Parts: sequence; structure tokens; C-alpha cells
Amino acid sequence: MSKYFQPEIETMPYEDIRALQNERLVKQVRHVWDNVPYYRKRMEEKGVAPDDIQSIDDLHKLPLLCKDDLREAYPYGLMGTPMSQCVRIHSTSGTTGKRVVAFYTQHDVDLWEDCCARAIVAAGGTEEDVVHVAYGYGLFTGGAGLHGGSHKVGSLTLPMSSGNTDRQLQFMTDLGSTILCCTPSYAAYLAESIHERGLRDQIKLKAGIFGAEAWSENMRHDIEDKLGIKAYDIYGLTETSGPGVAFECSEQTGMHINEDHFIAEIIDPDTGEVLPEGSKGELVFTAITKEAFPLLRYRTRDICILTRKKCSCGRTHVKMSKPMGRSDDMLIIRGVNVFPSQIETVLLQQGYPANYQIVVDRVNNSDTLEIMVEMQPEMFSDSLAKIAAAEKSLVAALKSMLGIAAKVKLVAPKTIARSEGKAVRIIDNRKI
Amino acid sequence: MSIHQISVFLENRTGQLAEITQLLAQNHVDIRAISIAETSDYGVARMIVDDCQKASSILLAHGDILSMTPVWAVEVPDRPSGLAEVLTVLAQNHIDVEYMYSLFTHESGYAYMVLRISDEAAFTKAAQSAGIRIMSSNELGLK
Repeated sequence: MSKYFQPEIETMPYEDIRALQNERLVKQVRHVWDNVPYYRKRMEEKGVAPDDIQSIDDLHKLPLLCKDDLREAYPYGLMGTPMSQCVRIHSTSGTTGKRVVAFYTQHDVDLWEDCCARAIVAAGGTEEDVVHVAYGYGLFTGGAGLHGGSHKVGSLTLPMSSGNTDRQLQFMTDLGSTILCCTPSYAAYLAESIHERGLRDQIKLKAGIFGAEAWSENMRHDIEDKLGIKAYDIYGLTETSGPGVAFECSEQTGMHINEDHFIAEIIDPDTGEVLPEGSKGELVFTAITKEAFPLLRYRTRDICILTRKKCSCGRTHVKMSKPMGRSDDMLIIRGVNVFPSQIETVLLQQGYPANYQIVVDRVNNSDTLEIMVEMQPEMFSDSLAKIAAAEKSLVAALKSMLGIAAKVKLVAPKTIARSEGKAVRIIDNRKI
Repeated sequence: MSIHQISVFLENRTGQLAEITQLLAQNHVDIRAISIAETSDYGVARMIVDDCQKASSILLAHGDILSMTPVWAVEVPDRPSGLAEVLTVLAQNHIDVEYMYSLFTHESGYAYMVLRISDEAAFTKAAQSAGIRIMSSNELGLK
């Protein structure tokens, strides 16, 4: 098999990509205008009509869309096709209890899986490979995306889902997994377990595709050394389909954005102005082929840099750097998006004041989330069992809202700093 | 008659207990009994003081979180098996003790235990028929 999944597209000369993007953009704007009243209204408010958009040069005229829009339009307001044509949803956690729900037609799923297949082939995957998918399966896009991509490549796909490390290692050794797909922190954890159990000689891994959370070059080297593999980054978000929007190649110096499906822009997060190539700013995506959930100019809130420098892998699509931060207060904890406002909502519901602090750390390559809450007179008791019961119900409510476990630490009243202006709610001690 | 217990929330931090006891000392509140229940993150100090109204207003003003709970002070013979005899009476009457600690106050031949009991009616009845003496605030010199 070739070193590309779709060579004609992945190595298409820049001018041709641009022409393809122009053509698809014009068509997509028309599709959205005709089928998504919510976005049409936004366009009308900005005084833009489909005829104003003749090429990418006109892209900046379109309104920017952000997570608040998705929340407002939840659940069906941004659908671009009748429900009868949709075959799937995926979802991510969202602010104040409302999730982001993305819809897919069969065509959308196909194109998404193509993108994931490109990532797998870029990591050296062929039909001879055994692709071990240890991303979560379900509403999360990670499992489904890489699973579908692996099928397209023709690899043997192990739908492991996340967790149950004993079973992961057993299948990995017994079935000879060659490509591991999971979050980088879980990869580091598996690498540690393999090292501890002396299984290094029994595994056949050659590459890993790790995404859905931030990871450093140090972490890459650590995983590569421990497992004897090449570790590749992959990028995506539920709103734009899932993983595979961009992926790393053999050069490992950034992720090629699949430009036949997405137009990437970098904007100033404060003004919304488009910044010249090479600038650091917020990444914005326009999905030009998606039917069911066709987002135009969607603000990812991820801060990064785009570059068109010629890549030694031969791919011509623009590369994005690893995200360098966020332009909002979203945290990514064990691959799950967490907003402080979600935590606040739970605290208020449970009768606590909105004075809290979130402490995030990384212990043994796994993120920890601790929420410091001030003890309240109403929940205090002479009985430790009663206090523990109240604490437990808060922990359960947080888990149900966030989708991940958080530790609650009860502290004395007035010990959490009340600042004059913006409260310091988040202490992120992770060195990543 | 039950007596009042003050419970104070303690964050797990060096000096917390010293701070609270100093505060009571400065205001001439006498601690007659104290016990600490703790988890890895926080603790609860349960106290019997000579003036619980005064103690609670001082601690509240200090910003502490308190709860007042009725507990029972019982007289226990100060000899081997003294406590066992009292607790056996409770056990035979199916009365649970949630927690227990001793008062610093004592008389020759007797000690006093502070008991937190869930079924108080059953407790007073059992104590009465077994001749276990329940001490009142007055008898202990508590306001």
C-alpha cells in the first residue's frame, strides 16, 4: 500500500486544493443558507448573502460561530439535512448541562472515516496491521473515528474501548497489536504497565495515534522510548466530526489539516480579525463537505499556528501546530472537555456557594481533578458519616455532569481567595 | 437531661486546633472535654465547654463552622469493668453509641463519659432502670 490513503488528494498541489476549497465553499454556503435557518439568520444579521461568497477571499465576511451558538441551537437548530438522512450522532459534554450534539449522514461518516484512515496510513498502517483502538466508544468520537478509519485501511480492528488495562495488555500481546490508538495519557499509562510487567518483548507495537488531549514533546519521547514506537498526534473535535480533522505525518512537526474537507483560519480571539499565515491565534474551521452538521467559521478556542512550509512527507495540506492553549477557560482532563461553569452549576444545585477552586495535576501520566469547596454550615454535622454522605452526593453529581471523576476537598470557610476582579478558579499544575 | 456539645469543622492544616483553643483561652472558656474525629482531608473537634453560648458566639465570629448537638454525660465507676458494665446495659437494650469520649471533670471513684446516642428515649429509660446516673449541666458546672 502507498504511504498515502488518498494520494491524489493528500499530495494535491496547493492551487488545486484552493480551487477545490473555493468550489466547495460556495456550494456549502448555499447549502447552509437554504437548510439551516439559524445560520441564515446570523448571515442576514451581518448583511451577507450566499452570492457575496465567491471564494475563500470572501470567507471573512461570514459570521463566526461559537459554542454558545451550538448551545442556543441545541439540539436540532444547526442540522443541515432532514433527520431521515442522518444515521448517527456523537456528543461532547457542554456548558451548563447542555451538550454539543453533532449529526452525521452516511456520507459524513464516510468522509470522516477517510480522514481517520489517512491518519492511520500516515502512521504506517496497512491492511497487514492490527489496530488497537483504546479510545472510548460511545458518544465520544475517538473510538468510532479510529475504528472506522481502521476498517477503511483494511487493518484488523480491535474495538477495545478504554479502561480494563489487564484486558488491553492481554489482547495486545495475544493478538499482536501493531498500532495503538488512545489518549496520550492512557498510552503513557499502558507504557508504564508494559514496562512494570516486563512485557516489552511480547508486544509488536510499531506506532501510536494519540489525541483528544494536550501532550508535550517530552511525553512523546517518553512513550516512544518505553514502547519502542513512533507516536503521532491527531486532532479533531466533535463539532467538526471528530478526530482526523488533522493528523501528523512521518515528520512529526505538526498536523496536516484535511483541506479538502476543512478550511482553516487563524483569528485574533479578541477582535475576530483574520491573522496572516504564521501568526499565533485561534483556530477556526469551516467544514466544506459536511451535510448534516455543516458548521461555517466555527471557533475551536484552540490557540495554534498554521504553516504551509513544504513537508518532507509529500503531503501538501497546511499544517497546524499542537494547540498551545485555549482562548476560553475550558480544561481538557483525561481527554474530556471540562468547563468551570459546569462545576459551578453542580455546586449551586447542591447548595454550595459558587466559590470554589479547581486544581488539575498530572500524576503518573494521568490527569487528576480536585475541586476545593468551602464547608457550609448547612452541611456540617458532628457526624463524619453525614459529612461524608453530603460529600459523596456532590462527587456523584459532578461525575454525572462532567463524565469524569473529580475529587472534592472540603476546606474551611473563607479560605478560598475571593479576588476583586476575575477569580482564580483554576490552578493547572500539569507540566505538559 | 442531655448536655450541649459544640462541634467545629477543622481543615487539615497545621495549627488549626491551636488557633481555636487559643481563641477560647483568650476568652476564658474552659474546655471540659474534647475529641477529634478525622478523615484524610478534614476533621471535626467535638467539645464540651463550661459556657457553650459564649464559645459558640466567639467561634462563629471567628468564621468557624459549628454545630450544636445534644449528648449525654454518664457517670461510670472508676474501676476495672466500670465502662463495660454501662455499655453492656446499652447493648442489651439495643442502643447504639455513635461516639464517646471522656470528660476531664471527675469525682473520687467516678469518671464521666460523654455519649452520643441515636435513640435518646430508649437510652434514658434503660439508664434509669439500670441505675446509671446521667449528669446534668448544673451538676457538671456547665452553663
